[in-house]
Amino acid sequence: MDVFDKLKILTDAAKYDVACTSSGVNKKASAGGIGSAAASGICHSFSGDGRCISLLKVLMTNVCAYDCKYCVNRKSNDTPRASFTPRELAELTINFYRRNYIEGLFLSSGVLKNPDYTTEQMIEALRILREEYRFFGYIHAKAIPGTDSGLIARLGMLTDRMSVNIELPSQSSLQLLAPDKSKHSILAPMKYIQNRIQENSTDIIKYRHAPKFVPAGQSTQMIIGATPDTDFQILNLTEGLYKKYKLKRVFFSAYMPVAENVLLPTLDTTPPLWREHRLYQADWLLRFYGFTANELLDQQHQSFNPFLDPKCNWALHHMDFFPININRAPYSDLLRVPGIGVNSAKRIVIARRSATLQFNDLKKLGVVLKRAQYFITCGGKATGSLKITQDKVLQSLMSEKTLGMYHQSFPLQSQNKQLSLFEQPPMILSGYPQEDLQRCLTSPI
Amino acid sequence: MFDQSNLIYRYDGSFDGLLCCVFESYDKKEIPTEIILPDASQTFLFAAKEIRTDMEKSSRVLASIPEKMGCDALNFIRRAFLTCAEKKELYILLFLRLGYRYGRSIMGMLTDDTVNTLFKAVKHLDNESHLLKGFVRFSIFNNILVAQIEPKNYVLPLMTQHFSERYPEERFLIYDKTHGMALVYQPYQSAIIPIEDLELPEPDEQEQSYRELWQLFYDTIEIQGRHNPKCRMSHMPKRYWKYMTEFGSLPKKSPLKLEDTAKFLIP
Repeated sequence: MDVFDKLKILTDAAKYDVACTSSGVNKKASAGGIGSAAASGICHSFSGDGRCISLLKVLMTNVCAYDCKYCVNRKSNDTPRASFTPRELAELTINFYRRNYIEGLFLSSGVLKNPDYTTEQMIEALRILREEYRFFGYIHAKAIPGTDSGLIARLGMLTDRMSVNIELPSQSSLQLLAPDKSKHSILAPMKYIQNRIQENSTDIIKYRHAPKFVPAGQSTQMIIGATPDTDFQILNLTEGLYKKYKLKRVFFSAYMPVAENVLLPTLDTTPPLWREHRLYQADWLLRFYGFTANELLDQQHQSFNPFLDPKCNWALHHMDFFPININRAPYSDLLRVPGIGVNSAKRIVIARRSATLQFNDLKKLGVVLKRAQYFITCGGKATGSLKITQDKVLQSLMSEKTLGMYHQSFPLQSQNKQLSLFEQPPMILSGYPQEDLQRCLTSPI
Repeated sequence: MFDQSNLIYRYDGSFDGLLCCVFESYDKKEIPTEIILPDASQTFLFAAKEIRTDMEKSSRVLASIPEKMGCDALNFIRRAFLTCAEKKELYILLFLRLGYRYGRSIMGMLTDDTVNTLFKAVKHLDNESHLLKGFVRFSIFNNILVAQIEPKNYVLPLMTQHFSERYPEERFLIYDKTHGMALVYQPYQSAIIPIEDLELPEPDEQEQSYRELWQLFYDTIEIQGRHNPKCRMSHMPKRYWKYMTEFGSLPKKSPLKLEDTAKFLIP
């Protein structure tokens, strides 16, 4: 089999993995080497699905001893199989890297024979890259659950980032769909990597040239919509992972039906992309905007509103928090205004030192006034004669079409009644993939 | 001598020349309404005032900028000078005049129209140079990496450090077709030099095969069920596609002879 066939098979098998970023570490080659990495990360291309390509994302092999029901590489699936030799993979990486196609390598693998053997193959490929080619670019490797910790430690010394995939957000979902994996087999290496990162950071204080273990930290990903886990559960798990395991990123992947199984959504299911999108928005709110998971969703409201982004949703339920004074409010409060992002909040804080900001100034600073105007005052003034009513706000936040759908699904409430945005989104929403929506929100698998 | 309302400066297009315009503006207590390049076609009714570049004057202005308004402001106008913003020279002059008046706080006056215009222009420049760090595609001929770009802004100076750190042991050339300039590098030396034209030889077998492997990877990595060309376009505007290998659009032949440019690699 030539390298073209291998590349095709092993790319095809790896494409459902997310986390293809090259961020989190700044470094450059030492003498005789090649490669550097920028902390901000660099996207080298965008594929036809609009997702960023920054790393050569392939599997070492798609031969797999496991039989995870959702996975295209599961043992029982009749699909062409291939394996890179460590040297083939290293050469491909270097040649793509020299032509500036990529920032580095994202290496994952099916389980060939057993987790240890597979990891040894991965280690050898990375050793060739790091030692023979003196490659200093970015490498992200997937730790395979069940691998010996000594091997994880060696792999970690060769990579910038490591990830252990949670795959499914709850133990019961795992049991059902990935019987060869357990909560323990996933969390144990995650914990181990976290401990090693911590030990290593003290080593670096003691010895300046101590080699770095996973300097860009670890990440994980989970599949959304294959199991009945709710947004509330997923977001809480995400928050826990940031707090407890100090993860750098949690990625979400809308379930793409690639396998026929009675336990899974049918093959014609549309992936719950809007749900994935809402989770990413909420994840951003956790990491950069000072929100907690419990502010965004709670026991009574387990799912995101499909019509409103999580921040708008929160704001509409906390009108007592608003309006806030743009010229005085602390940075952390500015961040809570719909239409104000991290960049515009920072610019506001800088610009208001030298001038009192008016509405037209905010526009220059990049604030989306269409949304923000209902939640702020400038120099004691709100926008003109504007009367803030629920409907007005909603009108401004949604397109006419969406608002129509919204009203269809949430019949107009009396003025006294509290906003019902937080109620469970109804299951029949025209314009949204219905079965899909039903399936992810209700289906008792 | 010159009518203030129609005062036009003509300078030589260099950064030092522009600083001399600033000097002149203070020296003569006047503010021009236009600052034009030597080859700008004379569409104005009024004659332009020639501003001679005088290194002594420019270095006096240069030294005063970090002193009066901080190093950030100097770094900022250096980058503003690389942008493709219309009337950037005039805005830089007005910016500096504000800076001499308000000092360090100039960098925070984001709602002032002059400052805001330049900030937006610099953001555009920074964005473009960041995108190009990823979108540049090298072809390898005789073990020299060669790439072409057509940026709107003059981004080469902002890309030098990145690519020098990325390929410290290589020899490479990035040709900016828009500005007729090229960034050339050989181990531990780099330069930006004018180049008229660039003709690339036919790719050899190995080069061709890596191009095809990359196209194969690019096509395979897409998840068909998530096809979203609009999203792709917003992240990667079409004007960058021209020189990107994955679209198979590398011109087989374009006018530059490598032998001619190879000699530039050793200045």
